[in-house]
Amino acid sequence: RERSRDRHKSRSKESSRSEKSVTINAPPAEPLLGDQSVRGEEVQDDNWGETTTAVTGTSEHSLSQEDIVRISKDLDDSVGLDCKRYLNVALSVILGLVVFLTPLAFLILPHLLWPDRLRACGTACEGLFISVAFKLLILLLAVWALFFRPPRAGLPRIFVFRALLATLVLLFVLSYWLFYGVRILDSQDEDYQGIVQYAVSLVDALLFIHYLAIVLLELRQLQPFFSLCVTRSTDGATQHYNLGQLSIQRAAVVILENYYKDFPVHNPALLTASKSRAAKHLAGLKVYNVDGPGENNAAAGIAQSQSRAMIAAAARRRDSSHNELYYEEAEHERRVRKRRARLVVAVEEAFTHIRRMQEEEQKKAPGDVMDPREAAQAIFPSMARALQKYLRTTRQQHLHSMESIQQHLAFSITNNMTPKAFLESYLTTGPTLQYGKDRWLARQWTLISEASVTSGLKDGSVFLLKCIDFSLVVTTKKIPYIQLAEEFIDPKSHKFMLRLQSETSV
Amino acid sequence: MSFIPGQPVSAVVQRIEIHKLWDGDNLILGFSIGGGIDQDPSQNPFSEDKADKGIYVTRVSKGGPAEVAGLRLGDKIMQVNGWDMTMVTHDQARKKLTKKNEDVVRLLVTRRSLEDAVRQSMMQH
Repeated sequence: RERSRDRHKSRSKESSRSEKSVTINAPPAEPLLGDQSVRGEEVQDDNWGETTTAVTGTSEHSLSQEDIVRISKDLDDSVGLDCKRYLNVALSVILGLVVFLTPLAFLILPHLLWPDRLRACGTACEGLFISVAFKLLILLLAVWALFFRPPRAGLPRIFVFRALLATLVLLFVLSYWLFYGVRILDSQDEDYQGIVQYAVSLVDALLFIHYLAIVLLELRQLQPFFSLCVTRSTDGATQHYNLGQLSIQRAAVVILENYYKDFPVHNPALLTASKSRAAKHLAGLKVYNVDGPGENNAAAGIAQSQSRAMIAAAARRRDSSHNELYYEEAEHERRVRKRRARLVVAVEEAFTHIRRMQEEEQKKAPGDVMDPREAAQAIFPSMARALQKYLRTTRQQHLHSMESIQQHLAFSITNNMTPKAFLESYLTTGPTLQYGKDRWLARQWTLISEASVTSGLKDGSVFLLKCIDFSLVVTTKKIPYIQLAEEFIDPKSHKFMLRLQSETSV
Repeated sequence: MSFIPGQPVSAVVQRIEIHKLWDGDNLILGFSIGGGIDQDPSQNPFSEDKADKGIYVTRVSKGGPAEVAGLRLGDKIMQVNGWDMTMVTHDQARKKLTKKNEDVVRLLVTRRSLEDAVRQSMMQH
């Protein structure tokens, strides 16, 4: 019975392999080969070329279909996003220039157009010049601080608040120009002090609009209002974040920024076990309709009895597969622990081979001196095999290349880290930011939402953030309104007494 | 009457049978108890071992049924009608003594003088 189970396993693995390469399913004429490959590593991962050839060190040169899709998407997106970004920058620079030059224009135009009719500028008027100058300077610095920061993310729709503010500023400046054009330019007013005061009032109002911008863009979302629960669809890793009142797209950006540091890196190799189990369930029972599409009633009756037979057979099968899972997992656990012990010992031993040279020694014996990179290369071979085996058992071997391991080793040696500190990044899966840039996939995110992405978060809103291999499911809950009551305890009321013998008469 | 926590207790006991008396509405026995596992054992004036949390007789009313039956001040009650009294709370002990449907309580009590008497008689032989 065990042999038939193994044959089923190898057959299902061949069918999953055929998704990537076009091969005809050969009948299992050589069950010996299938048995060997199954008993060697308990689950073969999809990059089967790695496990069947004797390659030490990860092979980063094999491109799966996912990589090709990823690269082509990269090329497409980089062009589109840059265009949008440049357009935004150009528009905002033009608006800034217009806004900045308007007060200056208000002050200079009378001198250019009717200099002889202008009343001389008194001391109060000149004082106002200074105030205009400094307020403009402050406005310039404030706008630079708030708006001219490198953008964190490219959003799918426009940033509503920014657009509203830009429109407001534009309308405001236009109305000022309208008033100026009609009442001052046309009538050629002589009261220069009045004109200067008008310019000062414009700059004041611009500063207030900037204050409004700070409140709308920065301050409003600081107070936490919603609690978002983010779950990864492939392995169920969950985190919670408290956010303020944001639009869905801005909330998505915040969540993604936190995703890169909070969630353990997505490892597709860990999911193959459950996929193979599912494939086994499906592959085991195949129902063939031998009678053909003849009589409908009989076919329905046959279908019912067949489905009943399938369910019964599946129920019977389920008894053995949970047992299998339990023993498989126990065995895997044991194997991981054994390899981990070997790895820790090997690394500790390797670290004892090198020693940091003191300053005096450096001058005395310049013979055998190595810089950190060479030192890392010197001790790496003694721990390489143990590390490789451990990474393979925990299915992390595609996350670390030899180059990155040696770099990390040189880094640890330079910073006087202990072997345990060096190993920590291999023994536990870290967040995505810890690994190389090609794992980040920062340009591949898609926001899927039923509500409009510029609408605000509401209690119960759900949206998805899809990447190539997985998606993050985000649900929103309102943080409950907390009603706090007060109770006063007099510090003098803390009194104690000994428990005495109580006497009861019976 | 040595009391080592966790070890079985061995003691020389005397059987005392008290017949309850009707006092108005209540059945009384005529003595007061102190002690219990929820009480402070160091306050007990009658116990030899100040960690002993057993039930002790702290007062015997003159001429009451307990005095008539032979209960003395300072006795440690080991059993009441078969119920153990060495590891009970004060309230549980009171309840076992004041059951309304029982007319008679049969106590097993122990005191120092009993042990001394037994030891003397053993030494004589």
